Amino acid sequence: MELKHESNSQATRGRHVEILTGNHAASHAARMARVDVVSAYPITPQSPVVEKISEFIASGEMSARMIRVESEQSAMASCISASITGARVFTATSANGLAYMNEQLAWAAGTRLPLVMCVVTRALAAPWSVWTDHQDAISQRDTGWMQVFCEDNQEIYDTVLEAYKVAENDNIFLPIMVCFDGYILSHTTMPVELLSQNEVDTFLPSFNSHLKLHEKIDEPVGVNPVTLPDPREGFPGYMEFRYRLQKTIEKAIDVFEDIERDFASLSGRNHGGVVRGYKMEDADIAIVGMGSASSQAKKAIPHLREQGIKAGVLTIRLFRPFPKARIREALKNVKQVVVFDRDVAYGLEGAISAELKSALYNRKHQPHVQGFIVGLGGRDFKTEHVIHGTKMAMEYAEKNEVPDETKWLGVDK
Amino acid sequence: MMDMIETKRLRPDDLPEQEFLLPGNRSCAGCSMSLYYRMALKALGKKTIITVPASCLTVLHGLYHKTSVKMNVVHTTFETTAASASGIVAALEAKGLGDEITVCGFAGDGGTSDIGIQGLSGAAERNTNFIYACYDNEMYSNTGTQRSGQTPYMAYTTTTPHGKLEHKKNMPMIMHAHGIPYIATSCSSYPQDVYAKFKKAKLFTGTRYIHTLIPCPPGWGFPTDQSIEMGRLAVKSGIFPLFEIIDGKMFLSPESERCLDPSKRLKVEEYLKLQGRFKHIQPEHIEYYQEYVDNHWNFINQFL
Ligand SMILES: Cc1ncc(C[n+]2csc(CCOP(=O)(O)OP(=O)(O)O)c2C)c(N)n1
Ligand code: SF4
Repeated sequence: MELKHESNSQATRGRHVEILTGNHAASHAARMARVDVVSAYPITPQSPVVEKISEFIASGEMSARMIRVESEQSAMASCISASITGARVFTATSANGLAYMNEQLAWAAGTRLPLVMCVVTRALAAPWSVWTDHQDAISQRDTGWMQVFCEDNQEIYDTVLEAYKVAENDNIFLPIMVCFDGYILSHTTMPVELLSQNEVDTFLPSFNSHLKLHEKIDEPVGVNPVTLPDPREGFPGYMEFRYRLQKTIEKAIDVFEDIERDFASLSGRNHGGVVRGYKMEDADIAIVGMGSASSQAKKAIPHLREQGIKAGVLTIRLFRPFPKARIREALKNVKQVVVFDRDVAYGLEGAISAELKSALYNRKHQPHVQGFIVGLGGRDFKTEHVIHGTKMAMEYAEKNEVPDETKWLGVDK
Repeated sequence: MMDMIETKRLRPDDLPEQEFLLPGNRSCAGCSMSLYYRMALKALGKKTIITVPASCLTVLHGLYHKTSVKMNVVHTTFETTAASASGIVAALEAKGLGDEITVCGFAGDGGTSDIGIQGLSGAAERNTNFIYACYDNEMYSNTGTQRSGQTPYMAYTTTTPHGKLEHKKNMPMIMHAHGIPYIATSCSSYPQDVYAKFKKAKLFTGTRYIHTLIPCPPGWGFPTDQSIEMGRLAVKSGIFPLFEIIDGKMFLSPESERCLDPSKRLKVEEYLKLQGRFKHIQPEHIEYYQEYVDNHWNFINQFL
């Protein structure tokens, strides 16, 4: 069912609302971003993203070249080389597909390519599970990609457009994953307002790569040759290249926020930049999560407040680069932080929980932080879990306890 | 179209003077890859984008910030030559330059027939418009001469210390099974033939595959001044037949025509005995080897 609702006002002419799944919201964004090349391989729950794009191409609504590759490894490898040849590129994957790309992900970031990839998050087998958690995306956090997590379908559409703008920014040139929860968003319909093509074209002009090989026939270049550890004759060594990558990704927080502001003034929608607070103004306790974990946490707030617990939610939208300073700022008045991770950094604890602590360490204000592992492999993460976890965390804080072992809500006996 | 390039009559001074591989590169002394690459690039010409995976060829290209190759090159990971080429082709097509710029992937035998075969098969099945050039030194040379799917029977490598028990994987026929428009085998010891086959490949659209034997002195164990001789013996003994498959039909190259007559084939022993990697080979292996090559020619005969 596609419900279309055209907007009439002058400024927003051509905008319309469609009832879309999260997957199709992503496909529409890729179409309107006028990508040149799409290369992807099917995997649940991502497949409908690319199926829709195939329909757009078949019907002439989109003019991209589509490479129907034989694997995710080839999907990412071909995206990389297409981007090196000056194309704006799109791909999408999930779980095993993302893991299969691992080597290529590091290669893409090292090559400083502004690729945009939707990651429809799903548990990383074994055993097999097609349902959501964040393990797939989190497992790729050290490849040099930026990673954003979305909470609704409008945000998916908007974030894909913002993602191109951030990735292609002259001062950035880094790839970015737009992550959203499998099924919870990917297969659930919601109204999504699509901007007019004109608005998108203004916000996102055509891609002007620094690496147009086809224009370098007379002065050829070699991309990614063997590079020595040390600089030579004024040219960087391997470590200088990696240094630049890190320094750039650190800058991406400001760039992301600037672009978010531009996007907000264009669209009238503001997703909060890199972190987003909900009822945080007067909160003593911050509940921290990403994607579906954060949406669920919000539902628990009225119940907690009814019981006199002044809790708010801090949603981490940008996970890489990890917005340490913004997080500290958002937590400056809280005594207690409760983190719900839909992932595990095995052998340590939930990834967000660990990273949050490192952001707070060595600082004056150090609220008590307690993390919980929840919702793996599509296990329902419920309001009652949020309430129970928050109360447990409060007890630990009261006793000034910081248990070393991880706490798994609904699993721990 | 086939007759537009007469391989037999090409003489060295028929080749274009422009060099894309500059003198002085990081390959070993006596490496046939340099000679082969020089010919291939001459034939491809300036309007080309190359993509190269991890291999000896990466080393030949040089260390950042200097290179011995005057052509656009996209270095890619070990197994992704064909996928990388697919991306370049798609980007060029999106820009309307699909017919103007040739895309060529060059990979070693390991990068082609082992770790890269999935991507290559996918690209060929999609009939991606590019040339895939496999240079075959019959081992993973870059990592110190380990066994590959192209290592021949009984050859010593660092991972087959008693000699490999299996035969070479028949890559050209695997590619033939993909129904692509042009396939050729060549050998660096016949440089004009290498040149001519790349030139001819350029005349086709879709996936083209050229598999070239390049004798490797350190990997095979022969003196650096015998690379040309070693390749010629491989061809004359019929161990490495030179042919083209054009739109599904096989044509023997002149250098291999004599091998149709078993009595005119040099004995495989003449080839094996000159190489350190076959030093340990026993008479019964040689006999079996000869039988294998003779049978292989019966196989080839079916396609002629
Ligand atoms: C995924 C992966 N596995 C292993 C390697 C290590 N490696 C680099 S080159 C190479 C062998 C290359 O052999 P071949 O393709 O035959 O080319 P040659 O070195 O002989 O020129 C290997 C194993 C790698 N770079 N990437
Ligand atoms: S190891 Fe062999 S193929 Fe590699 S550069 Fe040396 S001679 Fe050439």
